Amino acid sequence: MDLLNAIVAFLNFVFVPGVAYGSQLALGALGVTLIYGILRFSNFAHGDTMAFGAMATILMTWWLQSLGVSLGPLPTALLALPVGIAATALLVLATDRMVYRFYREQKAAPVILVIVSMGVMFMMNGLVRFIIGVDDQRFADGTRFIISARDFKEMTGLREGLTIKSTAALTVVVAIIVVIALFWFLNKTRTGKSMRAFSDNEDLALLSGISPERVVAITWIIVAALATIAGTLYGLDKSFKPFTYFQLLLPIFAAAIVGGLGNPVGAIAGGFVVAFSEVTITYAWKKVAGYVLPAWEPDGLVQLLSTDYKFAVSFAILIVVLLFRPTGLFKGKAV
Amino acid sequence: MIVVEDLHKHFGGFHAVDGASLEIAKGTITGLIGPNGAGKTTLFNVIAGNLPATSGRVTMEGEDITGLTPHELFHKGLLRTFQIAHEFSSMTCRENLMMVPSGQSGETLWNTWFGRRRIANEERALRAKADEVLEFLTIEHLADHKAGQVSGGQKKLLELGRTMMVDAKIVFLDEVGAGVNRTLLNTIGDAIQRLNTERGYTFCMIEHDMDFIGRLCDPVIVMAEGKVLAEGAASDIMQNEAVIEAYLGRGLKNKQKTEAAG
Repeated sequence: MDLLNAIVAFLNFVFVPGVAYGSQLALGALGVTLIYGILRFSNFAHGDTMAFGAMATILMTWWLQSLGVSLGPLPTALLALPVGIAATALLVLATDRMVYRFYREQKAAPVILVIVSMGVMFMMNGLVRFIIGVDDQRFADGTRFIISARDFKEMTGLREGLTIKSTAALTVVVAIIVVIALFWFLNKTRTGKSMRAFSDNEDLALLSGISPERVVAITWIIVAALATIAGTLYGLDKSFKPFTYFQLLLPIFAAAIVGGLGNPVGAIAGGFVVAFSEVTITYAWKKVAGYVLPAWEPDGLVQLLSTDYKFAVSFAILIVVLLFRPTGLFKGKAV
Repeated sequence: MIVVEDLHKHFGGFHAVDGASLEIAKGTITGLIGPNGAGKTTLFNVIAGNLPATSGRVTMEGEDITGLTPHELFHKGLLRTFQIAHEFSSMTCRENLMMVPSGQSGETLWNTWFGRRRIANEERALRAKADEVLEFLTIEHLADHKAGQVSGGQKKLLELGRTMMVDAKIVFLDEVGAGVNRTLLNTIGDAIQRLNTERGYTFCMIEHDMDFIGRLCDPVIVMAEGKVLAEGAASDIMQNEAVIEAYLGRGLKNKQKTEAAG
């Protein structure tokens, strides 16, 4: 019985949050990795692209809510998502046209593009705060829980409760659908193959019927969609605050690099590696330990790091990977 | 067909191509030879748009093509292969070939979702063409192999195959025979000859293997130190004093002379 309680506590505080957070990071890292593979630079503006996408979705959600539109048990934000994606796609395409294209034509070194993307990051940063403000925004509606702790306890008679928020479940389901669609697109369609060809060997891709500007534009549109979905899911699951998206940049880059920059499978794996490392290291294991070894219930919290330091985990992972395996787990391009 | 006029390509103080002028006549297989560092590959890179020229002009059928991007040149029918074979390593050999032709309707996001039938028809035609090319090159058994995993010589064949997927006018081959075994080399040579006679492709090829050059190329252009040194039929070129000197160096040639005298 105690062992069951321990398992439930583990599922509730480590596994479920880890899976949801991992899915969000994976979607974010996929965007970073696609830009790196095809446009060949690390896009520091990705976190703020996510913030912009989430913001556009939130504004649309509020408007729909004011009209009394709802999806019943599902959050209205899902309905607003296509509008958010379209707005973000327009923004990144305009940015590409006005900023990045100039440097592409100059054949600027990747490091210059990284600095340029930092400039873009600050601009988007300001834009989002200017439009929606710096505060927390709530836009989640619909059913809050699939299983609440109380129901679970009544159902099973266990002392520990298991909570599954509907947003966490939604995150995972949407992430799975998006990833399947993306991989189908990359592997089965001509456009997707052009993108892979471009990422694989740019010199050769230029020497064939692939139109480089079109590949770049389509990449931005897909990245905008991924960023908006990731940003909105994160906002639904936690809350929307522009600054948190800026902070997300570190775990997202850690995820993309752990998996191997430029490798989509790696980005997904990296997302979960980073998420689970963060959650397991900052979780206080006292309760679980108490169930497993009741005789030696520890006095301390058995917490390796306070949650205040959660970003240190991503940072440490990043350093270790860069030192010992710069191409990442799945052999991306060397950083 | 291609006329290069007084072309310069400088890397800082180093003049890799230093005033090269040459002409590639339509329908020929023109060989481009010369010692290492003569500027052959740089010349290729400038003509094919991979490097900007420092000065000079390249024209194709009277039209100025200096400074066009490789992509634009591709659309004009100017194709090239690389000294170290390039391929899309994660795709099969067949897919590699199918990537080549331009203007496919599957290129737009709209058609990806709403033009499925048209894409399917196009893909079927492309697939048949790719298989035909693979058969021509005698590597049809590699159609479903990942291009990154086939041998170096087979990659070279695949590169040649890429030029057959579209109607090329002129193809620049950069050491297509280097590091390829004899049997494959013969296959490559046959393929080049057939493309030249049957399809009217013009070729310009950098090559070090003199037998290969002698068998295929007429005329042969010799480059040394960034300039064109000599031009003529392969047999004449190999007798040319200046060419032998450029290749072997003066010291070695003197040594040969003394050996012959002694």
